[in-house]
Parts: sequence; structure tokens; C-alpha cells
Amino acid sequence: MSDSDVLVQVRDLKVHFPIKRGVLFDRTVGHVKAVDGVDLSIPRGKTYGLVGESGCGKSTLGRALLQLTPPTAGEVSFDGVELTTLAPGKLRAMRKRMQMIFQDPMSSLDPRQNVESILTEGLQAHGIGGNREGRRKIISETLDKVGLPRWALSRYPHEFSGGQRQRIGIARALVLGPELIVADEPVSALDVSIQAQVVNLLDDLQDSLGLTYLVIAHDLAVVRHISDTVGVMYLGALVEEAPSDRLYTEPLHPYTRALMSAVPVPDPDVEDRRERILLAGDLPSPANPPAGCRFHTRCPWAQPTRCADERPALREIGGSRVACHFAEQIATGELRPHKVSAEIVRPEGEGEEPGVVSAPSEPGSFV
Amino acid sequence: MTIISRKKKEKIDRLAELAARDDERGVSLWQEAFRRLRRNPAAMVGAVILGLFVIVSVVGPFLVPYAPEAQHWKDEIRVGFLPGVRAENWFGVDHIGRDQFSRMIVGARQTLLVGVVATMIGLAVGSLIGGIAGAAAGLGGRWGRAVDNVLMRFIDMLLAMPSLLLAISIAAILGAGLTTVMIAVGAVSVPVFARLLRGSMIAQSNSDYVLAATSLGVRKPKIALSHVIPNSLAPVIVQATLTLATAIIEAAALSFLGLGNNDAAIPEWGMMLADAQRYIDIAPRLAILPALGIIITALGFTLLGEAMREALDPKLRK
Repeated sequence: MSDSDVLVQVRDLKVHFPIKRGVLFDRTVGHVKAVDGVDLSIPRGKTYGLVGESGCGKSTLGRALLQLTPPTAGEVSFDGVELTTLAPGKLRAMRKRMQMIFQDPMSSLDPRQNVESILTEGLQAHGIGGNREGRRKIISETLDKVGLPRWALSRYPHEFSGGQRQRIGIARALVLGPELIVADEPVSALDVSIQAQVVNLLDDLQDSLGLTYLVIAHDLAVVRHISDTVGVMYLGALVEEAPSDRLYTEPLHPYTRALMSAVPVPDPDVEDRRERILLAGDLPSPANPPAGCRFHTRCPWAQPTRCADERPALREIGGSRVACHFAEQIATGELRPHKVSAEIVRPEGEGEEPGVVSAPSEPGSFV
Repeated sequence: MTIISRKKKEKIDRLAELAARDDERGVSLWQEAFRRLRRNPAAMVGAVILGLFVIVSVVGPFLVPYAPEAQHWKDEIRVGFLPGVRAENWFGVDHIGRDQFSRMIVGARQTLLVGVVATMIGLAVGSLIGGIAGAAAGLGGRWGRAVDNVLMRFIDMLLAMPSLLLAISIAAILGAGLTTVMIAVGAVSVPVFARLLRGSMIAQSNSDYVLAATSLGVRKPKIALSHVIPNSLAPVIVQATLTLATAIIEAAALSFLGLGNNDAAIPEWGMMLADAQRYIDIAPRLAILPALGIIITALGFTLLGEAMREALDPKLRK
């Protein structure tokens, strides 16, 4: 893969949110490491799927990639342009090349704007389409692409169904003619019957417009259907990255194995013999992630050596990239899983009370 | 796509367009809120009271039988006796021989004027401070939060003082008069509007559609003006209606304390109430009538305000 084929290159991206505490003055007592060192690259015209349980930092990664949440460290290069150090004006101009689709179409559409004004806003911000007629033409073409009728223009978001609202959200992203679309859980707020429609729409749009996607989801089936490459995230870092089919048939990392073992198989014989790997305990606090391998507190294959004190890097094993010291031994069956009891991990210096973690952009107090 | 399926699609679209022809325009949130308001009986009662009040205060002064300051019945006043309700004086005569009915009607205009102007002052100044603080805190990053902190500590200072005490201090500094009452009562409501708009704007700034607008590349001032403020206004409008009620009561209280308008030619309900207290034994109606006027008007504004709050609250939408 040559450099010109890569649209997005992320290097050692970190997003840390400060934990503030104090009565009179806010002291920073620690950091929530939402994203802690992620490397990935997305080839032009392909789809990169990102999976992981809630709270693993996959949405934050998507937002940091688009510079909607400022990254703490690391580099994001988009078509050769470094975004993290780009001046605000230039970044704003770049935004028309990279767009986002949100999880909840209701909350991501301004309830006081009708569809025409929602779609015009981006065109106006970048001065695309010249006059009103020019913009109308672009908008109606976009409506056709996402399969919305023309009369939708004068309607307001609350007058549409969930699936149609998500189409409006997709139209808003498409109207600027972007190259990259970050879709943050694009279908998880929709009915199952509508999910397929929207996923297929995204697929068709990619074929006809040559779009590059970063699809963030926790639904393994959706990600498998749409992605060329899938990355599995655990506690702010990638644990495995592989071509979609390979990941589903041959998961290498213990966490990926556990995820895949939870997917039911549509064959009663296989389903009966399917062995489920149940993970003990909850996701450890990202404010105080376990030392060594992030997953060793819950890993059924955890070894007394290396796992607890050496953080595994992603390494290439037969076409996949895996962050596990013992991936080969697990794959060959040399190591057998054992029982794990849940271990509660608290941020350092904490008493019995869990720490107060302020959300990323939330300022101190409201009314 | 095959020709058949395209034809089918066009046919369905045409059908949909036919169905939509009845209401070509979409219904915006404001229109929907107004519809809900019209169906609410409490809102209608409030609206009728306020409608009557506004008509009386606008048209009334031109139709009153006597000039409010004319002391036509001065000679009939005896110690321990004031002429009561009779054909020529519907509400009787006050302590220096003026027609109480004419004074009530003309006083309505003053009461409305004080209430509306005071609320406008509070709304304008409060929204300006709150709007700047809210936009700075929500979208302005580190410097924005500093600006917000300075503005809000000032507002907190105002909020910490009891409202009537603050109004009395302002009135005492500026000297008695109608303008003073308006400014004092308006100043008291400034911190309420400021905090309300700021809080609402900060909440809206964290919403997904603001993030979506940022990712579209819309400039921050435009986001604040076209997304954050319109979505934050509903509670402020409701508060303005409710403030009208308290403004009228507070203005009456200031007049009662002698800080209001002391021009006898311009009667005001609060002032009338203050004058009446010495004669409450022989002519209680002199106190009861202005008090009733204040209560009913304040009730009208409160009913309408509460109904508006319900109509505009998206959580209560059916």
C-alpha cells in the first residue's frame, strides 16, 4: 500500500480528559485516558470498522480524528495534511472534506431548522453553490442520493421517522461532497428493520461516490457487513486489527475471541456446541488503567509473566495486527483458558467513593 | 435500477406529494407550541384576563367619567365618612374627594407600563449579559470560561441581595419617581434572566447538533446566533411572562413605600393602596379594589406564563 492510497493516518493518538476536584479551586487530580495511543490508517475508498464495548473510547477516537475533541498528543494526517497543528481557519476549510454522521438523528438535528436550512448551512459556511438556485440544485441532488422526497425540504426534523431523520443526517454530511465520513454508531438508534436500509444506503453511497468511512459501532454484524478492515478497541487502545472476514473467522486476541464467541451462529448444531467465553468483571476505570496489558485483569489466558508488567505492542501475525504477548500460543491451543475472578480497579489514591469524572466538554455548573 | 422500479418510485413520490399538499409547509416548534397553548384552558383564562387588562389600560383613560386628579366631591367628606358606592361614583370617592373608579382605570395604564418597561429592562440587560456569558462559556474555550466567570460572579452578587432591598436601594439612590420604579424593578430581574439564558445556552452548546454544525465548518458566532440562542429562548420567554406578574407586585410595593411616582395626576395602584391604609376602617373598598386589581393582573400573567412553560417544554410534548 503506497502512501497516496492512504487517506487518513493516525499516529499514537491520545485524548486525556482532566479529572477536576476541589471546593474553591479546581485541581487536576488525574486524567481519564479515553484514547491512549492509537495507530491506524484508512485507505482511500475503504471502510474501517471500529468495535468495542461502551466506554472504550471509540467515539472519542472518531471525534478526535475530526478535531472535534482536541487530541492531547499524537498526529492525524488527512490526505497528507497534518490536522492537529492546522490553524483554525484552515481546519474549518478542511472540514468540508471530512464529515460526521451521528448516533441519534433527533439530537443531532436542530429542532428549529427545517431540512432546507439544515442542508444549506454547510454550503453557506464554505461558499459552495453561489446563489440560492445553485444551492437548491445541490440540495435536491443530495436528497435524491439519500432517497428523501422533495417535499421534505420545508419540513422540520420532528415530523420525520427515525430512519428518515438519519437520512437527513447523512444528507447533511454528503451535501459538502466529503471524502471521509466518520459514522458514529449510525444505526444503533434505529429499528432493526430500518438498520439494514441505512447500512445499505451507506454501502451504495460508497460505491457511487468513492467515500472513505470510519464506522464506529458495537454491533458486530453491522461492522462485519460494511467494513473492509476492523479494529477492536479495549480501554482506549487497539487490541486487534484485521481484514473483516479474517477477524470474524480467526480472532487472535483473547478479547476479540470473547467478543466473537458472543455472536450466535445461525446453525443449531454449531450453536449447541458453541463455547462462550464469559468475561469477568467490568471495564476497568480509564482513569487508572491496569499496568502492562490492559486486558490482563479480565483475560482468561493471562499468564503470570509479562502480561501484568509489559504493555504489548500491535504486531503483525499472518495479516492481522494483534496486541498480545501470547497470541500464537493461544491460537495453536498451547495455552488453555482459566477462570478469572473479577478484580476492582480504582483510580490511585481513591478512598471508598468513586472519583468524580467530569464529562469532556461540560463546564463546571449550570444554573 | 430497472426502469420498472424507477417508475414505481416516481409514482410513490407523486402520491406522497399529493398527500402533502394540504399543508405544504412544515410545522415549526413555535407553531406547535402555540397550538398546545390554545388548547390549554388555564392559558385561555390568563389570556382573557390580560386582554381585558390591556384594553382597559389602553382605551380606558379616554373614556373615564372624571379626570383622576379632580377633587369634585371634596365638600362631602366628613371626619369618619367618605361617600361610598353610588350612581355617579361607581367605586365611591377617595379620601380627598376624587372618583375612585376613574383612578382605578387610569392606574391600570401606569401599572401595565411599569410592569412591561421594567420587564423589558430586565430582559434586555439580563439577556445581553447572559447571552455573552453563555456563548463564551459554551463555545469560547479557556478564555470564554474566564469571561463567563467574571460576568457570573457579578450576577451572583446581585442575586445574593434580597430583591426588594435591592430595588429600595436603587430607588433611594435615584430618587422617587416612575422611571426609578421601572429601573429598580427591572434591575432586580436582571440576574434571573442572565443566569437562565446562560444555563440554557451552555446546555445547548453541549448538544449534538452544535457539534454537527462545528463539523460542518460553521463559524462559532454563527452557531451561537442561529443554533444556541434560538433553542435557549423558550425558558427566557416564559420567565418574562412570570416576571411581569412579580414586576407589577414589586412596583406596587415600592409605590406603597413611597418610592414611586408622587404626582397626584397619575394614579398608580400601589400608591392608591398606600393612601388607603389610613382609611381602611371607614372605607375598606379603597384598599380592596387596587389590591384586587394587582392580584387579578398578576394571576393572569402567572397563568399564561405557566401554560407557556408547559407548551414550550419539549419533555411534556405529546
